[in-house]
Amino acid sequence: MHFKPRATEALANATLQANLRKFQSAGFTALRAKAVADFGPELFEKLRGEGAAIRDRSLANLDAWIERFEAEAVRRGAQVLYAESRDEACELLIDICRRHEVRKAIKSKSMLSEEAGVNEALSAAGVTPIETDLGEYILQLADEPPSHIIAPALHKSKEEVAGLFQTHHHSLRKDDIPSMTREAREVLRQHFLSADLGISGGNFLIAESGSGVIVTNEGNGRMVTTLPRVHVCITGIEKVLPTLEDFSTLLRLLTRSATGQPISNYVSLFTGPRGRHDSDGPEHMVFILVDAGRTNLVGGDMQEMLRCIRCGACMNHCPVYRAVGGHSYGWVYPGPMGSVLTPSYVGLEKALDLPHAATLCGACSVACPVKIPLPELLRKLREKQVERDLRPRAEMAAIRLWSWTAQHPRLYALATAIAARFLRILGGRDGMIGMLPFGREWTRGRYFPAPKSRRTFRALYAVRPEAGETGDRPRF
Amino acid sequence: MRVGLFVTCLVDLMRPSIGFAALKLLEAANYEVVVPEAQTCCGQPGWNSGDRKSAIALAEKLIGEFEGCDYVVVPSGSCAGMIRVHFLEVFRDEPFLLARAERLAARTYELTEFLAKVAKRAQISGGFEGTVTYHDSCSGLRELGVKAQPRQLLAKVAGLKLVEMEECETCCGFGGTFSIKFGEISSAMAEKKCANIEASEAQAVVLGDLGCMLNIEGRMRARGNSKMRVLHVAEVLAGADKE
Repeated sequence: MHFKPRATEALANATLQANLRKFQSAGFTALRAKAVADFGPELFEKLRGEGAAIRDRSLANLDAWIERFEAEAVRRGAQVLYAESRDEACELLIDICRRHEVRKAIKSKSMLSEEAGVNEALSAAGVTPIETDLGEYILQLADEPPSHIIAPALHKSKEEVAGLFQTHHHSLRKDDIPSMTREAREVLRQHFLSADLGISGGNFLIAESGSGVIVTNEGNGRMVTTLPRVHVCITGIEKVLPTLEDFSTLLRLLTRSATGQPISNYVSLFTGPRGRHDSDGPEHMVFILVDAGRTNLVGGDMQEMLRCIRCGACMNHCPVYRAVGGHSYGWVYPGPMGSVLTPSYVGLEKALDLPHAATLCGACSVACPVKIPLPELLRKLREKQVERDLRPRAEMAAIRLWSWTAQHPRLYALATAIAARFLRILGGRDGMIGMLPFGREWTRGRYFPAPKSRRTFRALYAVRPEAGETGDRPRF
Repeated sequence: MRVGLFVTCLVDLMRPSIGFAALKLLEAANYEVVVPEAQTCCGQPGWNSGDRKSAIALAEKLIGEFEGCDYVVVPSGSCAGMIRVHFLEVFRDEPFLLARAERLAARTYELTEFLAKVAKRAQISGGFEGTVTYHDSCSGLRELGVKAQPRQLLAKVAGLKLVEMEECETCCGFGGTFSIKFGEISSAMAEKKCANIEASEAQAVVLGDLGCMLNIEGRMRARGNSKMRVLHVAEVLAGADKE
């Protein structure tokens, strides 16, 4: 199903609309704005520039930094595996489960595992996956995909969550958030203690130290990466940064852009498995670095998208996302970043609506911590669709007819003169057109105001009184 | 100094009075204003739809028409943004045209930006009795930095009081072809904008782009508000209300 029918459903869903309104009023945009003001807007601008430059530097020599990362990670006792595709990532993971006789896997938040469909693959292989991020846990109970990359369950109301907990925890219904959270913690604690494998994502990979990093708020990530016998960090190959210093710059940007926090509650760096003298940590530590379409963007005109540090600011600031929510976008990544990533990773022809599902208002690129020119990338995807002849014929005919007419000024003058009169007739007495021929979509929810004059500007200008009488306007 | 007025296709067809208001403002600032007769469209519809060829043809046409002008002034942030920002990308692979596009871009201004920054108008002839709120159009705001200029100019209009609405910088939902591809979403966004305009208790919303104007006015009337006026900043500054 495409974006448009999903969006239509979303607009008609009163619960979702109420939840989206709540998200907007209490949401991340205001928190980010305050964090930027506190940091100093000019300094933050400078930081954005540094962040973008660091990401560009990483991507310019991606292969070299990955090799360095692998060497350092291996030197510290971790294993580094590579998956070219999403399926291969799942196969590697299941192979690890078999080798270590894993029956239960606990997970902290990982968008790549959503991309690869890790939970489904694990279940099919007889391994029980348990999401431990509260939002992801709620969605696992509800059997729904996330609708936001950092607040995955924002489409769910408190009441809906209370109902889910009551059903799945077989407990008395609790309606206040602290009690609900406590109940979830109690349930999850048993899983933390009994799991054989911990699966985490990775916000960054540090080449110079061979570390993976997760930036979290709930503390579940610490449990996932330290309690079970085996820890697998699964993430995209583009997440590598050269140095810890680079990481500190991006961390400042990430948390402020995401939730408006100067720093998140937890920042965990994992560097190899438990050492001989360590009192805790996993016995085995594996990185699965996934390509799944990323190298196709390296060196091309969409490379800037690989700078993305997954903060969610673009969707928080997107008026389209705020109107229709994340599920409308149809795949793992919603909002402007999703409208670029989905066609790039899944296929241009499989997401024809997405590059067009934006007003190109630019709110996303202004908020992006690494200055990804999202509207320009969306426009380039539109251009690729035209180049590959993927747009509807009628649409292309209309655009080309408009452009051709506009290249012939006399014809254009005649066409617009006719259009002005025709639209005025349609507009009737109040000048509002309720049904626009060739533009029915416009009148789904609003009128089209008719021209205010029977004659176009050019026609009126041609009969304009000569200079010297410029105070007099021609009659319309 | 010669100022070329690029009227824009939407003003030409939908609201000629805005073109004359812009003309009046520029002439009142003692510029020689020329309105190239063959001008049509800046090429933005093709460009944003991914049709590079159409955009190249119309952009080249526009550059030729305005080459003899010291300045190009546009009563639209969106079309001015197309010329000043996007033409450079349109001619990315055509160095000769790119050089001409760069020269034109450096001389191109959105109307309020030109009046405030270049013409430095100390006085404004317009008059408006009542309270208005200003909607920041996306391209003008984020591509050109048009934010303070229209407010500075409106502050000089006798009788006018400006109040800010919530989310004045949020897109109204027009988005060019977006409005006719995703009508429902576009209308839902316009609805939020209209609600914010009403909540500001202004008697009129003033803005600088025709797309937003048609979108907001169309939604405002469809939601049953026949009183709220939707005005282009040029009309208010030129005192269209007084005549």
